[in-house]
Amino acid sequence: MTIMEPRKHGSASDGLVGGRLSRFEGRMKITGAATYALEYPVEGVAHAVLVQSTIAAGRVTSIDTSAALAAPGVLLVLTPEDELGLMTASDWYGNRPENQPYFPLPREVSYNGQSIAAVVAESRELAVEAAKLLRIAYDEAPRVADLYDPAAGKGKLMENLSAGWGDAEAALAASPVRIEAEYSTPREYHVAMEPHGLTARWDGDRLTVWEPSQWTHGMQRNYAEWFGLPLENVQIVSPFIGGGFGSKGVALAYGAVAAAAARKLGRPVRLALTRPQNFTSYGGRAATRQTIALGATEDGVLQAIVHRGFNETSTYADVPEQTGAATPILYKVENFSSQSRVVPVNVVSPGALRGPGKNPSAFGIECAIEELAYKIGMDPLELRLKNYADHDYQSGKPWSTRRLREALTEGADAFGWSKRSHAPRSMREGRTLIGWGIGCGTFPVLRAPSAAMIRILGNGRVEVVSGAIDMGQGTYTILAQTASEAFGVPVEQIDVVLGDSRLPGSAIAGGSMLAGSITGAVHKTAAAARDELIGLALNDPMSPFRDTGANTLTVSEGRISVPSGEGLSLDLAELMAALGREEIEVTRNTLPDDAQGLTDQNNAWSSMARVQGPTMGDYSMHSWCAHFAEVRVDEDFGTVRVSRMVSAFDCGRLYNPKMVESQWRGGIIMGIGQALFEEGHVDGRNGRTVNNNVGDYLVPTNADIPDLQVISVGVPDYEASALGGKGVGEVGIVGVAPAIANAVFHATGKRIRDLPLTLEKLI
Amino acid sequence: MRDFSYSRAASLEDARQAILQPGAFVLAGGTTLLDLAKCGVTEPETVVDISHLAGLDAITVDEEGVTIGAIARMSAVADHPGVQAAFPAISESLSLAASAQLRNMATIGGNLLQRTRCAYFRDPAAFPACNKRVPGSGCSAIGGVTRNHAVLGVSDKCIASYPGDLAVALVAFDAVVDLGARQVTVEDFFLPYGDAPEQETVLRPGEVILGVKIRASAAGMKSTYLKVRDRQSYEFAAASAAVGLEFEEDGVTVRDIRVALGGVASKPWRARSVEQALIGKPLEAETVAWAARLAMDGAVSYSDNLYKIELAPRVITRAILTVGGLA
Repeated sequence: MTIMEPRKHGSASDGLVGGRLSRFEGRMKITGAATYALEYPVEGVAHAVLVQSTIAAGRVTSIDTSAALAAPGVLLVLTPEDELGLMTASDWYGNRPENQPYFPLPREVSYNGQSIAAVVAESRELAVEAAKLLRIAYDEAPRVADLYDPAAGKGKLMENLSAGWGDAEAALAASPVRIEAEYSTPREYHVAMEPHGLTARWDGDRLTVWEPSQWTHGMQRNYAEWFGLPLENVQIVSPFIGGGFGSKGVALAYGAVAAAAARKLGRPVRLALTRPQNFTSYGGRAATRQTIALGATEDGVLQAIVHRGFNETSTYADVPEQTGAATPILYKVENFSSQSRVVPVNVVSPGALRGPGKNPSAFGIECAIEELAYKIGMDPLELRLKNYADHDYQSGKPWSTRRLREALTEGADAFGWSKRSHAPRSMREGRTLIGWGIGCGTFPVLRAPSAAMIRILGNGRVEVVSGAIDMGQGTYTILAQTASEAFGVPVEQIDVVLGDSRLPGSAIAGGSMLAGSITGAVHKTAAAARDELIGLALNDPMSPFRDTGANTLTVSEGRISVPSGEGLSLDLAELMAALGREEIEVTRNTLPDDAQGLTDQNNAWSSMARVQGPTMGDYSMHSWCAHFAEVRVDEDFGTVRVSRMVSAFDCGRLYNPKMVESQWRGGIIMGIGQALFEEGHVDGRNGRTVNNNVGDYLVPTNADIPDLQVISVGVPDYEASALGGKGVGEVGIVGVAPAIANAVFHATGKRIRDLPLTLEKLI
Repeated sequence: MRDFSYSRAASLEDARQAILQPGAFVLAGGTTLLDLAKCGVTEPETVVDISHLAGLDAITVDEEGVTIGAIARMSAVADHPGVQAAFPAISESLSLAASAQLRNMATIGGNLLQRTRCAYFRDPAAFPACNKRVPGSGCSAIGGVTRNHAVLGVSDKCIASYPGDLAVALVAFDAVVDLGARQVTVEDFFLPYGDAPEQETVLRPGEVILGVKIRASAAGMKSTYLKVRDRQSYEFAAASAAVGLEFEEDGVTVRDIRVALGGVASKPWRARSVEQALIGKPLEAETVAWAARLAMDGAVSYSDNLYKIELAPRVITRAILTVGGLA
């Protein structure tokens, strides 16, 4: 795919890393020119629809397919009876069970809304109608509807998530001031605008899948292993993604169903989930509960934190939503204890949703710290600064960079925090109560090896080629900026090709690890390509530079020149013509030298095995933020409106501030939704999420979002990444909900500890 | 595929004949019909398009009052200066409803006939029991998630809430539905649930809504529609109130007051007890707050929606005090 001409802003230096370019593909998206996965014209495509369980637990005893098969246009009905011949794929880390068959339409029902059958027909409409004709009989089993079901129990302790130092219980008991409270967050969903789905086409034993993907190489491996194919026989195509937020990182059961149906039918199959099916075909954020106890001196010096967390998981996988993730690193504390448990309930396995772990974790600790502030009568800003963590008390390592103090103080200045009146209910306009609150956030720096290719073409254009994806965060644009800087050609001369598993492997667009990882690979590759070009220009017998006597050359603004600036200078097309070359291709990666074998490379691009966590080196590395929220609460109605927000971030160096700010704001908007509206309503009788549509599961509208002022206080962090940036995508949402809950307390004097902050909790 | 036939009515009489066929539905804006067809609640055999019939979209405002044709668009009525002057509450009820896209498509007749957002009503595959869909099958909502269900006019057969806003404002001002051969007040047009929740209106087979008429009143001119909800746009009311007020010449004593409620009842709900309690009395905050509570007499809650019994009187109170200049 070739990207449209970039738009320039301001000075020429805007094209380099750090410039405020607009998204290259933005115009294509808003004019409809960008083709999304379900829109690809594929000849002869048949249409599949999923049929999902309406019970929470039990067994499918029979499915009568006769009426559906007799319906017009129906090509195939798949049920648990059908042997699809699939094998279980590797997990996230690349571990694969041996000889374990995989059943994407299982007979055992583990949750309400589990796919148990599929109908394929000549059109989607025919398939939908035929699907209604299936007669499904169940043998129902007792269900556990949710975390609050009396049968849910206390779950399993996740030993690997336990953390502790000092003697937290004793220090807590000895503290002159103590607070303890339980905080909870409900089941939340991604609600990406683009629904999930795919088109699958077989050409012999080669499978092409058009599917929105946050990780083309990871999904390539999923499909290859399910169907027993060599990796190179599977191609995932995903140049554009209409929102992922963590939901499009791995291939899911519906993908296996569509590809298996296509194989059985011998023709391409398209499957689009309905909006309600988007609530059950993959997991959202698990519901969580956590208790936090804080011990402090009377003047607000933290003595101890004791944290106990619970989250729901499915009955078939232990998926932690780490409510203890932010708790140990936000504040200086000498005595700490945290334990987390997962509680199996009849729900689809929870997934990663923007700011996984850190998000609900920050809701707990950031509400608790303000509760402590009010208890001792101290400004919550002052309390945070007083307990500022000078290093990471959990790992014992120094921070690489931590500008949270600056985020707090500069954010406070921009917000006007000093004008605050401390007492709850002390700010109002008529019946409207006004309150201010703070919420800090953090997200770890994760790094993964990545590869990239640079192609210098005969026409002088430079292509950046990677299997990385762009779901709106700006990968296309920042990679052009990166190559521009490293190579010395203007961004207008660069095309970026992404979103295809045939291209060089890349970090997942998840865990905020893509930009830092892939810019490093592109920078390295572009510099190597420049060096190779210079080498050719100096040494190739056909090169005009051979006669200049120069022993080095410069590349700048798209021209290759002798260093004096007064001698020979050619543009890239002229040099390529002189060299008689159509193309120069350079590929590099950031894997260590001892891992350059094909197996190592494939494993690196398609699993999390080589992802480096925040404390794997000499430092503890994280992004940080501080949100300041103003809310207006109607005293009679309990309605909460966020009227103002200022958020200050330390995400290191910003590769493109315009896009970073947009991501931060996107995270903040999701955080406002989480604080005020978002909640899956689970029917306790059958475990079904009944508000499974965007009319009833509310996300913010424009009217709910005030002006969001965002500030960068970061400095380049070259421990975190090659170009000095830290992750920006996830951290924006972390800390928003507690900032709003704290502001609501300040406004009303009511401490709401369970999200969302809906009106019935405040009247 | 479920095929259905489409016919374009040549005239109103033609439309009346056509919808006598089993499974026939009038198509105007289509926003409700399409939605219900997609979730499997309505399965039309025939749709009879009336969206082009001349004159049915007229909006007339004169000294007598306001007349709105059945296929006038919500946005056109909301933005009509005459409607805004004569009945601010009607204009506001429309502009606070749905989304801009829906308001540009949906018609007044269809708006009145929109059906409940009860999640159990709208999910036939997972919840076969619904007395509204299948009389006698039971009510899945009772015992389920009931945060948005009604507390007034409910029965043990159905607790679904009427979702609309416009009808609430119309009920407050004694609007009349024009069915051609007969005229019915909007209040009587909607039926309380009782034993037959599947029967939502008095509309008879072959009847088509031609429009609504609202007689001008001083209370109409001094009116408001207050809609309370968590999200600021595109959400149904947790509770809403349409209120109109006319003072005696002293500017203090209530001569005429209209109060109707939305979001809390099985049908657009006129709160006459509140009106009766305030007529002839000076408008004072405490009196209003006391009177507003009368609206909740007989309210029944299924726990999740208990808050509505507290909230609705506060909404009434604020709306009355707002039009009375006391808020």
